[in-house]
Amino acid sequence: MNLLEVRGLTTAFMTGRGEVNAIEEVSFSLKEGEILGIVGESGSGKSVTALTIMGLLPQPPARVAAGEVVFNSQRLTGLSDRQMQAIRGPGISMIFQEPMTSLNPVFSIGDQIMETIAAHERLSQSDLRKRAIGMLDKVGIPSAARRLDDYPHQMSGGQRQRVMIAMALACQPKLLIADEPTTALDVTIQAQILDLLMDLRDEFGMAIMIITHNMGVIAETADRVLVMYAGRVIEEAPVASVFDRPLHPYTRGLLECVPSLIEDRPRLVAIPGTLPEPARRPPGCRFGPRCRHAQPACSEAIPTLEALEPAHTAACFRARELALP
Amino acid sequence: MIGVAARRSLSAIPVLLIVSLISFGLMRLIPGDPAAAIAGVAATPAQIEQLRRDLGLDQPFHMQLLEYYGGLARGDLGRSLLLGKGVFAATMERLPVTIGLSLYALVFTLLIGIASGIVAALRQNSIIDQAAMMFAMIGISVPNFFLGLLMIILFAVHLGWLPSGGYVPFSQDPAGWLASTTMPAFSLALLQAGLLARITRSSMLEVLRQDYIRTARAKGLPQRQVILKHALANALIPIVTVVGIIVSLLLSGAVVTEALFSLPGMGQLLTQAVLSRDYPMVQGGLLLVTTFLVLVNITVDVLYALLDPRVRYE
Repeated sequence: MNLLEVRGLTTAFMTGRGEVNAIEEVSFSLKEGEILGIVGESGSGKSVTALTIMGLLPQPPARVAAGEVVFNSQRLTGLSDRQMQAIRGPGISMIFQEPMTSLNPVFSIGDQIMETIAAHERLSQSDLRKRAIGMLDKVGIPSAARRLDDYPHQMSGGQRQRVMIAMALACQPKLLIADEPTTALDVTIQAQILDLLMDLRDEFGMAIMIITHNMGVIAETADRVLVMYAGRVIEEAPVASVFDRPLHPYTRGLLECVPSLIEDRPRLVAIPGTLPEPARRPPGCRFGPRCRHAQPACSEAIPTLEALEPAHTAACFRARELALP
Repeated sequence: MIGVAARRSLSAIPVLLIVSLISFGLMRLIPGDPAAAIAGVAATPAQIEQLRRDLGLDQPFHMQLLEYYGGLARGDLGRSLLLGKGVFAATMERLPVTIGLSLYALVFTLLIGIASGIVAALRQNSIIDQAAMMFAMIGISVPNFFLGLLMIILFAVHLGWLPSGGYVPFSQDPAGWLASTTMPAFSLALLQAGLLARITRSSMLEVLRQDYIRTARAKGLPQRQVILKHALANALIPIVTVVGIIVSLLLSGAVVTEALFSLPGMGQLLTQAVLSRDYPMVQGGLLLVTTFLVLVNITVDVLYALLDPRVRYE
């Protein structure tokens, strides 16, 4: 049975020009202990998907217009904020892109970890402290007991992200959503944080949904990949299949953007054009205007996800013919 | 913490020196002769001249200044020419009235200002927000003496709930003190409360957008804890700075309010002293009021360090 089921999820935002869908008909699932990578450009709807699952979008202006999120056999869409509070933390927790601003500057890190546990479990002050020290230890903060009373500004970006991870895992969630967890960090620190996440997955056994625009991060961590473009899922496959045989022209474009030392390519290939704004999306295939394989038929209907290989789906009318060698 | 307080106390000394110099100089710049004022209309020029010599006012400016600072160094603020008693004693009779009134007004300001600011921020652009901001605008626009007059007409004249003036010391009768200071304090507070409500609202709105608020919600904290702990602790930092300024505005506003409600405070004392050219009283009184304000500002700085660890560890 799946830990997380997202079915036909559409999240709309009220704007000055009327209601606009930030994500449309997003469907995917996640098994226990699995790592799912969600990849796409900024504005493709990755974060909105995550925040909708967490129920963290301000409503209004945001609204779940269609579809549902089922977590651990419980339907999350439609729960009140108070009911969602019990899910956030012990059920699903989240870490964010900006470790520098994601911790509250006026409280010690110990206080911020302990209050997370205290919100969900009845523990004495000394037990809370012990748990917090244990978590800091696990995420690799040296001399954890002493650093418990430190404030965020006394730590580096990498350490703060470790603290965020300690906080997110303090209640042993079944699912961790990591929204661009390494984007704001130095390259050497990025690898450390990814390694840490993998180690902690092995230890705690939680599932991870890792959101990134970096194909390298996906290759290193994910079991399965979901590619998003302009608010829709356009390809889904096990990580090896995506790198070996990308089916959607957009995914192929993304992979061509990654610099390679092995292949001898004259220069990096960029995808022409930019991601359309949610209110100005083209008719038919969203990627059509930027696609070098586009045909007139592509602008007439929106292609749906189709399984071209077992466990490998893509939303492209020409996927089958383009995939032929 | 103690370091912050000590550093700020040291930097207060030049402030007090400059204020004493300005008040000393200004009193001698405005026209009018204290000797003539004290001697009265019937006095002969010889009598006035004699009095001037007795008061040391025939000395050149710099000699008078030296004399004044010599007194200050000995802890002597001089004697009031008009009241015939020590400046310090006269001030200590009146200052508690003004400080009591200002602090009472500060309580109103904080309760009304911060509460309505938070509610307005949480319900941004709703009817509650617009109503709160409209009241804040009214509070800022209506002069406090006019509001005081309206309150006297309604609560003292028509309803007869509260006295229109007069003062009962707190130590004598706390209920009487409340009755005599509630209207003045409220009319004094409304302007500052409007100001504080607007600042609290914008500060809260700014903080509510921050990433750490999203983190707090993502951890599954109850809404109350997110707002009253995580948001307010950060929003209070700019608010505390403003509260320091508000205390000084309340003190200066108290002068007018005291006159309106005939309260025997510093305002009344200093106005009389200026009008009758009571040099020592004005100089000493201003210096003591300034000292109090400096203490308020040191408290604000210490509060600042308490609220913000980034200041504490500098």
